[in-house]
Amino acid sequence: MPYEAWKDNEYIESLVKELQESGANVLVGSLDKLINWGRSNSIWPLTFATSCCGIEFVSLGAARFDMARFGWEVARSSPRQADFIMVAGTIVNRMAPVLRRLYDQLAEPKYVISCGSCAISGGPFRKSYHVARGIEDIVPVDVYVPGCPPRPEAMIYGIMQLSRKIKVERFFGGVNRQESRKKYLEEHPVENTGK
Amino acid sequence: MRRLPQRGHPDSPLDFFPPITIRQGATAHHDNVEKKKKTTDMAELQDKISKSFPEATFENGEILLINIADAKLHDLIKTLRDEHGFDYLVTIVGMDWTDSLGCVYYLTSTATKQFVSVKTSTTDRDNPMLHSIADLYRIAGIFEREVYDFFGIVFIGNPDMRRLFLNIDWVGYPLRKDYDANPELNPVSVENERQSDVTNTWVELPDGKVEKKEVPVFSDDDFVVNIGPQHPATHGVLRFRTSIDSETIKKIDVYMGYIHRGVEKLCEDLTYMQTLHYMDRLDYFSAHNYHHGLCLCIEKAAGIEVPERARVIRVLMDELSRIASHCLFIGTFCMDLGATTMLFYTLRVREQILDIMEKTCGARMTFNYDCIGGVMADLHPDFVKDVKELLAVIPKNVKEYNKIFTGNVIAKNRMEGVGVLSREDAISYSITGASGRASGWACDVRKTHPYSGYDKLDFEQVVRTEGDSMARFKNRMDEILQSAHIIEQLIDNIPEGEWLAKVPKVLKLPVGHWFQVVEGCRGLFGVYIESDGGNKPYRLKLVTPSLTAAAVVDHITRGQKIADLITIGGSLDYIVPDMDR
Repeated sequence: MPYEAWKDNEYIESLVKELQESGANVLVGSLDKLINWGRSNSIWPLTFATSCCGIEFVSLGAARFDMARFGWEVARSSPRQADFIMVAGTIVNRMAPVLRRLYDQLAEPKYVISCGSCAISGGPFRKSYHVARGIEDIVPVDVYVPGCPPRPEAMIYGIMQLSRKIKVERFFGGVNRQESRKKYLEEHPVENTGK
Repeated sequence: MRRLPQRGHPDSPLDFFPPITIRQGATAHHDNVEKKKKTTDMAELQDKISKSFPEATFENGEILLINIADAKLHDLIKTLRDEHGFDYLVTIVGMDWTDSLGCVYYLTSTATKQFVSVKTSTTDRDNPMLHSIADLYRIAGIFEREVYDFFGIVFIGNPDMRRLFLNIDWVGYPLRKDYDANPELNPVSVENERQSDVTNTWVELPDGKVEKKEVPVFSDDDFVVNIGPQHPATHGVLRFRTSIDSETIKKIDVYMGYIHRGVEKLCEDLTYMQTLHYMDRLDYFSAHNYHHGLCLCIEKAAGIEVPERARVIRVLMDELSRIASHCLFIGTFCMDLGATTMLFYTLRVREQILDIMEKTCGARMTFNYDCIGGVMADLHPDFVKDVKELLAVIPKNVKEYNKIFTGNVIAKNRMEGVGVLSREDAISYSITGASGRASGWACDVRKTHPYSGYDKLDFEQVVRTEGDSMARFKNRMDEILQSAHIIEQLIDNIPEGEWLAKVPKVLKLPVGHWFQVVEGCRGLFGVYIESDGGNKPYRLKLVTPSLTAAAVVDHITRGQKIADLITIGGSLDYIVPDMDR
């Protein structure tokens, strides 16, 4: 998909253009652009799947949908080496602290994709006694991919949106995002993790 | 290697296989004979039991139900196991009848395939206690832990009475009818879960008093390594606490519940029609098979006759799912062993099957296709053509998989003789499906308790006796060919006609309880429904093969190397959402 073909959410780019026109440093601006371009084209996912969506994620890695085309195929088993978590599947009460810890272990810059209706809102299990009603209470989310489970094409679209977000991170992601994360972590403190 | 019989070949059994519809009458007769034999068997059993247990009461239904007081429960089940051959515990269904709490035990004989159920209860709601049968069946320990987790019933004599799915500080017992579901009592927390290194056991003293004892899970000098819940080789979120002596595994403590979604409780608030869609999301590879099982159970209860066309379509879809499931198993299992490329080969066939399903059902994974009284929609016009194309490539592909992987010396060294499970243990641990059949136990439900016309089809039950990882792997490979063989017989004989029977808009089941088993892709899938006469199930219990597969990990990994844990876990092929439900 050529970059010009995006017909939605182009407000991000237009805002960036406006900001750049009204005086970004030429040298630093270009360097940022280069760094973000590099980042956005090699985002590595963490191998993390709890249920059905994970199987579609496996299909995504196989030859037919082939996420290697985009530079995402390097699925890492350790959060230290990964760039983003694709939360593929239901998160239940018992799993919530584990997800949070995985998120905390990811190296900066880090991103989260909430994949599938379970991760977004609890989905068909919303009324259950043992299901988190959406993961945004546990970790901050960058991109939501709806579906039950989302088709691999939808996942590709979702991750492409993420890489697009990373491209303009200097203006929107970067500072804003980290501030909001700081605020977020203050609002959702982790207690007794000293052990 | 078995070869598929070719159509038109003089020795082929297929040419002597008339279309299903013609053989209707013959089977009906066959069924009657079976039924007669079953009832006499049951009457005989009832006589014998009532002689040695005069206080037992009986309910005659499709399956004989024996009511017994808790004090005699252990003796009765021991008699059933030792004298009447009921050596296979299918499940323990925990129940809350509001005035009492209790359990229904489903037992089968591996020799006669006969079912029997035993019911016991206690009226003490504050401190419910029953006697454990964990010393009779090895799987009973896990089943009882599940009942304890959901209903709070303590089993006297069970060596390990911890919660199974929920945290140790969970408030309340969720499947009780008076459970307080207020999320403030059990909030979603990001604090690390508390865990205990001791387990509880309740022991009955000679004077009849029951005493609680604490027993350590591991001894003090054990070196315990935590594996999971986030680990690429556990196939989902399963957690093993592994005690090792250098590289040798001494004990594994399995922690489940990291994807426990409370499906059974959710179903109690939904109408029968609505409960179906959860079946897609348990074992997402056996979506059709699980739908099939629940539909059969509800149809049996409501007395709905399914049109012939729908029955054939269901069988076709089940077998297609089985091929797709085993293909993915081969891919991920080989990937666990380091052969990454296999995944790309096997997913090719899987994608082809998913395309066929998508054309008919409209989805790639959560089909929601089987429904009460038949199937949702008719087959897509391309279905027959597509399936024939698939059948043409399957033998070629299986040959290719064997060439690439099965004969490989590294694969052989890693799988042969690793994780051996004996036939006795497979039965005692209720390991069904291809894994059970790899241990020499012919446990295919399609053969033992045929449904939807499987008895009229010609296929072999693949049984091996080695019981190791290689046998489990090869069994699945052969089952692909058997499933293809079943599809081959049906694809030209799909009867014309209706695909959905007339079903009342508001479906109410009469008061009673029903049990149905089908063969999922991983083994026996059972559904227990208890109805109070309403349009919602009073209790819906799902018996899944993955729970027992995870429970056996501790047993077969003891004394093996830690690297073999990956091979053994992979070859058992458990699906974590299926075990946690």
